[in-house]
Amino acid sequence: MFEFLKQPLPWYIAGPLIGLTVPVLLIIGNKTFGISSSLRHICASCIPGDIPFFSYNWKKEMWNLFFVAGILIGGALASLFLSNPNEIMIQPELQNYLAQYGIQDFSGLVPNDLFNWSNLLTLKGFLLMIVGGFLVGFGTRYAGGCTSGHAIMGLSNLQWPSLVATICFMIGGFVSAWFLVPLILSLTI
Amino acid sequence: MQTFKDFKDSELRHQDSICVNESEKKETFGENFKYLLIGIGFGIVFVKAEIVSWFRIQEMFRLESFFMYGVIGSAVAVGALSVYIIKKLKVKTIKGEEIKIEPKTFNKGQIYGGLLFGIGWAMTGACPGPLFAQIGYGASVIIVTLLSAIAGTWVYGKFRDYLPH
Repeated sequence: MFEFLKQPLPWYIAGPLIGLTVPVLLIIGNKTFGISSSLRHICASCIPGDIPFFSYNWKKEMWNLFFVAGILIGGALASLFLSNPNEIMIQPELQNYLAQYGIQDFSGLVPNDLFNWSNLLTLKGFLLMIVGGFLVGFGTRYAGGCTSGHAIMGLSNLQWPSLVATICFMIGGFVSAWFLVPLILSLTI
Repeated sequence: MQTFKDFKDSELRHQDSICVNESEKKETFGENFKYLLIGIGFGIVFVKAEIVSWFRIQEMFRLESFFMYGVIGSAVAVGALSVYIIKKLKVKTIKGEEIKIEPKTFNKGQIYGGLLFGIGWAMTGACPGPLFAQIGYGASVIIVTLLSAIAGTWVYGKFRDYLPH
């Protein structure tokens, strides 16, 4: 049984479990599913800076911060107790593509060859980790939601603005993955 | 100090999904722990399905694997069915309250912001949720990515009046 829990979950189990978060949050507390709002609550609680966008009673949205703290703890528990003993299965096409750029370590959730502390000081690492992170925070708030708030919650509630947002997420992602990421990976500085 | 209440434009507030779906019944501090538990379950699923893997996101955008499309598609299907049932049967919360879901209103931010987020998503291989799970999993450097995402949110808040919406 325990060995079974260590295996990776297939999509048809993981997807429905994620989808069930929508009714569970609604039923236990009338909360709409959304994760990127947590970044705004962190701004509002730590560095509001007299900016109207961050001047609200963030304590009312405290549940959201507990939720993301739970995600972090869940990640740690999975790593400590349920870690998959085998290497993550990666498509051979992706392996070949990444090998061109010298990425050979597929053991982590993020490529250790790219996402590490010493790489922060290289242009490549700066773009991937810092500029990438900035775009995630800026873009999700500008769009009013991320994959959870728009793609899952919004689409579940048949909201067409969420469909527009989701299509734009995908367009941005395709352009980035096909053109921008290879360009960044080819950097040697 | 200027507060959000001073803004006539409650539309924008709704857009940001803030305090709009607020429960009428006050929740105690301790009740927040039920959300912590759900978050823990969620984080475990994220890691166990390897959804939070940078490699999975590249495979998705490079159309090399069906996996992420299966995850998101089935999540939306289950979510949509649940919302339909909740509305149809007028399911109440555990405290007997009516369930309300605020509609999303359209603005151009969903296009510009959506595109920018998409670019960042493929670079970092993570949307906001997975960033937390990756840090928990032990990828300590992702703390920097998360701080940068918080900075991005802050800069948006600071300059939102100058941005097209």
